[in-house]
Amino acid sequence: MDARQLFSGNLSLADVHPGVALTVVFLLAYPGFASDFFVFQIGAYSLILGTISLSLMMLAGYGGMVSLAQLTIAGIAGYLVAILGDNSVGVMGLGWPWWLTVPAALLAAVLFSTFIGAISVRTDGIYMIMITLAIAVAFFYFVRQNYVLFNGFTGFAGIEPPTLFGIYWRDPVPFYYLSLFVAAGFFWAVRYAARSTYGLSLQAIRDNPRRMRALGYDVTLHRIVAHILAGVIAGTAGILLVWFNGRISPGSVGIDVAIDILVIAVVGGLRHPIGPFLGAIVFVLLENFAIDLIDRERFNTVIGVAFLLVVLFSPDGLLGLFNRIRSQVQLGRRTRLEAGRPATGGRNVVGSIEQN
Amino acid sequence: MRQFVERHTFWAIVIFLAVAVLAWLIFAVWPDWLEAAIGRKKTFINTLLNGVTLAGLYFLVASGFTLVFGLMRNVNLAHGSLYLLGGYLGYEVAEASGSWFFGLAVAFLAIAGAGVLMQVLIFRRMEGDDLRQTLVTIAISIIAADIMLAIWTGTTYQFAPPEWLFGAATLPVVSVLKSSGDPVFIKYPVYRLAVLGTAVAVGIALWLFLNRTRVGMMVRAGVNDRHMLSATGINVPLLFATVFAIGAGLAGFAGVVGGTALSIAPGEDVRYLLASLIVVIVGGLGSVPGAAIGALLIGLAEQFGLAYFPTYGVVLTFLIMVVVLAVRPQGIMGTR
Repeated sequence: MDARQLFSGNLSLADVHPGVALTVVFLLAYPGFASDFFVFQIGAYSLILGTISLSLMMLAGYGGMVSLAQLTIAGIAGYLVAILGDNSVGVMGLGWPWWLTVPAALLAAVLFSTFIGAISVRTDGIYMIMITLAIAVAFFYFVRQNYVLFNGFTGFAGIEPPTLFGIYWRDPVPFYYLSLFVAAGFFWAVRYAARSTYGLSLQAIRDNPRRMRALGYDVTLHRIVAHILAGVIAGTAGILLVWFNGRISPGSVGIDVAIDILVIAVVGGLRHPIGPFLGAIVFVLLENFAIDLIDRERFNTVIGVAFLLVVLFSPDGLLGLFNRIRSQVQLGRRTRLEAGRPATGGRNVVGSIEQN
Repeated sequence: MRQFVERHTFWAIVIFLAVAVLAWLIFAVWPDWLEAAIGRKKTFINTLLNGVTLAGLYFLVASGFTLVFGLMRNVNLAHGSLYLLGGYLGYEVAEASGSWFFGLAVAFLAIAGAGVLMQVLIFRRMEGDDLRQTLVTIAISIIAADIMLAIWTGTTYQFAPPEWLFGAATLPVVSVLKSSGDPVFIKYPVYRLAVLGTAVAVGIALWLFLNRTRVGMMVRAGVNDRHMLSATGINVPLLFATVFAIGAGLAGFAGVVGGTALSIAPGEDVRYLLASLIVVIVGGLGSVPGAAIGALLIGLAEQFGLAYFPTYGVVLTFLIMVVVLAVRPQGIMGTR
C-alpha cells in the first residue's frame, strides 16, 4: 500500500491485509466487550506508553539515534499541564484554559526536544545514548530538588482533562478512544513520514551519514527535524499520560521509567512502528499480571530478564521473532510444495523487506 | 610547560591569574566586603574541599569507565551497579572480618572478577555491535539493582573505617581572626582527605601503568588501532579482559571508598552512573587525564551548586555539559 495511492484515491478494500482490518475492528470494538479496568488500565495505558515508545522507535529505527530522553520530553509536557492548568496541590496551577495549556505544553516539549537534538546530533552513536541518559537523569534530580516550580518530591496531583462536548474525558471509554485516536494518528503519520522523501533521506543518513553529506544533504538538519517530530509525538503522549494518571511527580520521569520506555521499544521491535505498541501491550500485561506469578517487588527482575533475553537472542524484538517464525513456516511450506527442488531465498526475501 | 606558555600566552596568563586568586582566597584572611559578598570563608573552604574530594571519588569511578570505553568502544552502563555491588560486598566482608582494608581488597578483586565474567560471557559475543552491548548493560543494571535491593533491602549502610582515619585534621588555613587576634584554623575530616589522596595515587598509578609499562603501551596502541595491534601478534582478548578487570575493579574499589565517605544505599548506582557519564562526556571519552579534569569540574560544580544555589545545583552540572558539547563535542581532552 503506497502512501500516494491513499491520496489519489485508488485504494481499494481488497488491498487491505485481513490482519490489519481485523486489528482495526478489534481496537474499535474493544470497549464493547472489555471491562473498564481492561479498557482504561490496560488498553489506554498501553496506547499511551506505545505512543511515547513510538517516538523513540522513530528516532532509533529510522534515524539511528537511540534517545533515552523521550520520557523526559513527555514529562515536561505533563509538568507544564500541571503548572499552567489546574492542580489540587496549591503550588503553581495558573488556571489557564485547556486550549492554552495543551498547545503551550506541547510547544515546550517540542522546544526541549529540539534542544536535545541540537546538542546531541553533533555527536553520534553511543555518545547520543550517554548524553540523553545524562539529560534524563539530570531532569529527574532537578524536578526533585526544585520546589518553586515543580513542587519537588511530591509533584502535582489532581490534574484533570477538560470536559468537552458534555463528555468527561477521563471516563474509561472516551479516554480509550482519545488515546486510540492519538496513537493511530501518530502511527499513520510515522508510517507516512517513513516513506516520504524526508523519511527516506533520514534512513539513508542512518545507514551512511558521510555519503549523504557528500551528496549534499544537510545531515544535521535532518536529524534535528527527526527530534522535532519525535518531540511532537512524545509531548502529546505526555499530556495524555498526565491526564491518565491525574498526577505527576519526579518518580514519573525517573530513570527506571525512561528505561522502561526503551525496553518497550526494543522488546517490541525497532524496525516497524507497530513494534512499540506490541511491546507496550506485553509490558502492561506483565506489569499487571506478573504479580500473580512472582512477588510484586521483583517485577524489575522479570522485565530486566525479558529485556536481556530479547537483546541477546532476538535483536529485532518480538517483531523480529515473529518474522523469523513466519519465514520459517513459509520456508517449510515452500519446501513441501517444491519438494525435490532446493528452496532458496525464502528467508532472505522476507528479511530484506523488513530491512526497509 | 614552557612550550604551552609560548603557544598559548593568553591562556597561560588566565590560568596563572586564576590560580593566584584561588591561592589568595584560600590562604588570606577575608576582608569584610568579600565576606559580605559571598558569605563566610569557612563555607567556601569546606565547599571547595568537599568538591575536590567528591571529584576524587568521581575520578575513581569514571576512570574505569573511560578506560574500558577507550580500548573497547564499549559503554558499560552497568558501571554504577558495579560500584554499588562493590560497596555492598566490601561492607559484608569488612563486617565479617573486622578489617576495612580486607573489605576494600575483596571488593576490588570480586568486582574485577565480575567484570571479566561480563567481558567474556557477554561483550565478546557481540563485538562491534555498540548498540546491543549498551542495551545488554542496561538490562544487567536493571536486574542487578533489583537483586541487590532484594538482598540488602532499602537500608542505608555505613562503614566503619579504621580508627586512625577517623576524626578531623586541622588544616594550615585560617578562617577568621578572633577578636584577641588568635587565628582560627579550619578543620576537615581526615577520611575525606584520604579519599582525595587515594584518588590522586590511583590517578598517578594509572598514568604510570599506561605510559611506563608494556601492557600500558599495548592498551594505548589498542586505543589508537586495535586491528593493527592484534595483527602484531598481541593477545587482544586477554588484553581486553585485563583492562575490563581493572576498570570494573576500580568501580568496586570506589564503592568501598565512596561508601565510607558517604553511605551505600539503593539509587547510588544511578547517581554514580550519571556522574561517570557527565565526567567522561565533559572530559572526553577514553582519556584518563580527561576523566580527572571532568571529575574536578563536576565535583566542584556539584558542591558549589549545593552550597550557594541549592535548588538549581543540578542545572549547573548540566550547563557545564551543554557548554562543553557545544564548544568541543568530543570533550575537553577527547580526540577523534
